[in-house]
Amino acid sequence: MRTIDYSIEPPVVENNPTLSSINESIAKPLETKPPRGWYIAISISLSMLLVGALSLGYTFYKGVGVWGVNQPVGWGFDIVNFVFWVGIGHAGTLISAILFLLRQRWRTAISRFAEAMTIFAVMCAGLFPLIHTGRPWLDGYLLPYPNQHGLWVNFTSPLLWDVFAVSTYFTVSLVFWYIGLIPDLASLRDRTTNKFKKIIYSIFSLGWRHSNRHWQHYEMAYLILAGFATPLVLSVHTIVSFDFAVSIMPGWHTTIFPPYFVAGAVFSGFAMVQNVLIIIRKVFKIEHIITLDTLEKMNKVMLATGLMVGYAYAMEFFIAWYSGNPIEQFVFLNRALGPYAWAYWTMVSCNVLFTQLFWFRKIRRSIPVMFVIGVLVNVGMWFERFVIVVTSLSRDYLPSSWGMYIPTIYDIGILIGSFGLFFTLIFLFIRTLPVVSIAEVKAVLPHSQPSHGGHH
Amino acid sequence: MENKTLYAVAATFDDVNKTIDAVHKVNETGFKEYDVHSPYPVHGLPQAMKLKPSKLGYVTLIFGFAGAIFAFLFMYWVNVIDYPLVVGGKPFYQLPAYIPVMFEVTVLSATVFTVIWMLFIMFKFPNNTHPLLETEYMKKVSVDRYGISIKATDELFDLNRVKDLFKQLGAEEIFEIHFKTEELEYKPKIFDKKFVSFLVLTAVIVSGITYFVLNHLLFMSPFNWMHEQFRVDPQTTTTVFKDNFGMRMPVEGTVSRGHLPYPFKGKPVEAEKFLVNPLVPSKKVLDLGKQKYLTFCSPCHGNFGMGDSRLRGQFPNPPTLHSDRIRNMKDGGIYHIITEGQNVMPGYASQISEEERWAIVHYIRVLLRSVNPKESDLR
Repeated sequence: MRTIDYSIEPPVVENNPTLSSINESIAKPLETKPPRGWYIAISISLSMLLVGALSLGYTFYKGVGVWGVNQPVGWGFDIVNFVFWVGIGHAGTLISAILFLLRQRWRTAISRFAEAMTIFAVMCAGLFPLIHTGRPWLDGYLLPYPNQHGLWVNFTSPLLWDVFAVSTYFTVSLVFWYIGLIPDLASLRDRTTNKFKKIIYSIFSLGWRHSNRHWQHYEMAYLILAGFATPLVLSVHTIVSFDFAVSIMPGWHTTIFPPYFVAGAVFSGFAMVQNVLIIIRKVFKIEHIITLDTLEKMNKVMLATGLMVGYAYAMEFFIAWYSGNPIEQFVFLNRALGPYAWAYWTMVSCNVLFTQLFWFRKIRRSIPVMFVIGVLVNVGMWFERFVIVVTSLSRDYLPSSWGMYIPTIYDIGILIGSFGLFFTLIFLFIRTLPVVSIAEVKAVLPHSQPSHGGHH
Repeated sequence: MENKTLYAVAATFDDVNKTIDAVHKVNETGFKEYDVHSPYPVHGLPQAMKLKPSKLGYVTLIFGFAGAIFAFLFMYWVNVIDYPLVVGGKPFYQLPAYIPVMFEVTVLSATVFTVIWMLFIMFKFPNNTHPLLETEYMKKVSVDRYGISIKATDELFDLNRVKDLFKQLGAEEIFEIHFKTEELEYKPKIFDKKFVSFLVLTAVIVSGITYFVLNHLLFMSPFNWMHEQFRVDPQTTTTVFKDNFGMRMPVEGTVSRGHLPYPFKGKPVEAEKFLVNPLVPSKKVLDLGKQKYLTFCSPCHGNFGMGDSRLRGQFPNPPTLHSDRIRNMKDGGIYHIITEGQNVMPGYASQISEEERWAIVHYIRVLLRSVNPKESDLR
């Protein structure tokens, strides 16, 4: 029987590449004509984006009445998609900040990409509350600014906390991502021969010159940002869960929501990062940088967070029974057996059952199988938000005000459009910016650090 | 210093251990104005350069606290002082509900200001005219070489001595880095044609867009925010009725609520004889009368009924109200004049309600008495 020694960390990058070959392989997609596959991919994603734009345009023209929302289900696909996309974003910050603080060196190969995904996912997420207001051109009132009406926002409302949490999260993620990009942009500036590219890289690299008088502060700034991003990412989904937990709806008014939401966010985000990375490493032939070991570790994180989510599902049922509150009990029985039972069981099977396959090392290391499981996890996590939002609203305290929620084609069109936006941004990103952090990967190569550091 | 354009002498090394040794040596020799360049942060290099630990954390601390305090004070001022809003009967000052926003503002201010401080104040970026940029040396250290550069302004600097030192330390290549002459002679041209036309173009576009948005776009659908509706507004036409008038006449032979027909049309004597003021001259009634008098009567009759019109002869001045005729007239007579008009004065029945007319009568009595008081008032 072969034993695996888990005390020795496998090398982050395989085949011991040279420093200059890292520049070559990462800068290659930016300097060559895109392959045909890329054109096909971006035309699909742009078409999806167009579907979303048309649905949105019609919504603005006619009003939100074209959506399926009505009494009693006033939160439909818009809020489901919002929570889903914010969750997707969380994996990026987890990889770039929390794993950085935990000194997990395998994160270096995927952190840049995961951070980019965070930013794009938060952009998709931010769209939904804005259109959810019905008249998005009035969304300026969400911000506290001195206006001639003498009005201020209600600082004690979870919906306002959301405005602050999501906008702070977006800003900090963007700054974190940009800070990481500066040295790489400087490397590209020194490398490119194209005049136009050189101007762009020069502007955005700000004149970075790889000076060690700068690296020292730069590393400190990176540490500080990682230190702040860590509690921030936890706070964002906590506050998103407050939108539900602070209300008195049965099935929403629970204290388990913040940790449950954060675990679910990391779970779905890792699935999305894993899915997209599998494609990227194949297409750009950087399998030696984004290694199978890295993907296996991501699958382990998914297994762990999937178990946490499963625990939360079980605990919700237990507390409903234990609390002795008949309305809570009804809501949870209704979830499992009521008109939306199909959504509930989709969620449970995708999130809890299929991820158990990751207990097997063979499956954790099989790319097609893990890809399928990753897709299923995202389907399951989308349905989790659907179940939370819709089942509670459709069956609240008064049976006389019960009602069903049926999404219209415009709801579905906007959901497709959000995926279109996300993938369009990703496809543009992989052609325009280094998908892997050049400087960070170099720093973890063998022989890149002094063997006798504190010498003399 | 034979060469005025010389900025620094730099050397590249191909091995990280050799570089660290070289940095130690340069430092021991006593050079102060030197820098080490590497494509990624090398552990132990700042220590070898004897750099003090980064003090960036203090910036973060200060701006983080400032953010938290600002957020707290701002929310307190809004919720307790400027715009107290009752939500579910809870107190205005509720610290737990302020915490999420305080936290977010702390994080935002700490991180953003740390980065701004580091890039723009510590590093003095953006600096794309630095002499090291665009050199062969920079192209090497941004890929796979480690470099040391010693500035020509260093006290111990001597071209040959530095070159010898680098050779001795096992440098792979040695570069002389010069200021770029075009940059030394560069003078910013504010009145450059391109620049000025760029400014003018920007100004025109921005002001044009602003003008369009504020004066046109906001009044177009859907931004006109329900200004345009299907209802018929007063004074407009409509296709619903045959005569195309948006406003309708009362149906013949009907009486509107609160508008009983006036029984003394053209009968001033009877009106004075039979009509009695239904209102008591209370403070409320007099206030109403005063307001209506000032609105409808005072333009011609003057604020005190003196007949001092404000219309500057555009309409004939009426006689003063402080005459024996008015003083001796009963309430009903004055009421009749307001309702029907008299001489060139038009009737005000369509503009002033019955109750308001009676209130004006009371107020006129007050005006009359203030000019011609009874003996009891003077006492």
